[in-house]
Amino acid sequence: MSPGGAAPHEHAGSLHAVDAEQALQNARDVYARRNEGVSIWVVRSSDVVASAPSEKGPLFDPANDKVYRHPTFFDVPDEVGHM
Amino acid sequence: MSAAAPSPAIAEFALRMGDSCLILGHRNSEWCGHSPALEEDIALANTALDLIGQTQLWLELACEAEGAGRRPDDLAFLRDVSGYRNLLLVEQPNGDFGRTLMRQYLFDAWHLPMLKALMGSADSRIAAIAEKASKEVAYHLGRSADLVVRLGDGTKESHTRMQAAVDFLWPYTGEMFIADAVDEDLAASGLAPQPESLRDAWREHVTHTLADATLKAPEKSYAQKGGRRGVHSEHLGFVLAEMQFLQRAYPGARW
Repeated sequence: MSPGGAAPHEHAGSLHAVDAEQALQNARDVYARRNEGVSIWVVRSSDVVASAPSEKGPLFDPANDKVYRHPTFFDVPDEVGHM
Repeated sequence: MSAAAPSPAIAEFALRMGDSCLILGHRNSEWCGHSPALEEDIALANTALDLIGQTQLWLELACEAEGAGRRPDDLAFLRDVSGYRNLLLVEQPNGDFGRTLMRQYLFDAWHLPMLKALMGSADSRIAAIAEKASKEVAYHLGRSADLVVRLGDGTKESHTRMQAAVDFLWPYTGEMFIADAVDEDLAASGLAPQPESLRDAWREHVTHTLADATLKAPEKSYAQKGGRRGVHSEHLGFVLAEMQFLQRAYPGARW
């Protein structure tokens, strides 16, 4: 789901449907009731490649102590807008 | 909105539109929490809420055109069966989910061309309501037509149920296209279309959809009518008994 403009699509949720067209309709009805978005992508869950929870440590723990990767030391000028 | 001059014809028309939306919205809301799948449950509740929202607009217009100081809530909760002006189609019991969907479809296929025609109404208030509602109803029609095809052309069980739904509901569709003196008056003033003028668009849509759904409309049928002049089937009283209970038991209750 994307709220529009340059904002990226983000995961809204999962649902059941018999095909892609019905999935779009159901997504509209279930996840776009409160102006959450103006664009919907649907993907079959079987087409999603996911990382394994058991590999969480090796995959993600190394990022824990790399504080320098968070650009919180910079003042971003207002003119830059959405980043 | 500035108070326009009272118009009995506009008040009656707004009641007819509003009451059909209200009763169908209420019927759909009876499924809330009981639909066969979560997705259908929410979608049907969305439809119900759209219709109740449209009811609010039509009944506001009815009150304004009546000019008697009544409010939309008075109309919804304090009129008895004979005061209601909805189509008989929308008050029919939900039956199974197939019948509920078929009723929605047969109504939507009339509702959308009606609203499109009303967008050109000589009364700007009618045109504005139609403009807003037509977007919602375009979605209702797309969805209900899609489900009618899927279930009609689905399993043997779903096909049988959908065919039974067409057979049961068909006699209640003729009423949508029959004019009375109010309709003649409205059409002559350019306020609303002749009911008969919507029949071709409805018939074409329904014929296509039923063909895709491998369903057949009854060849011979009788048009049940009376809803729009307050003569209803036995079912509407039960709808109102539930819908109006609170205001009847506790007059003026608010939250």
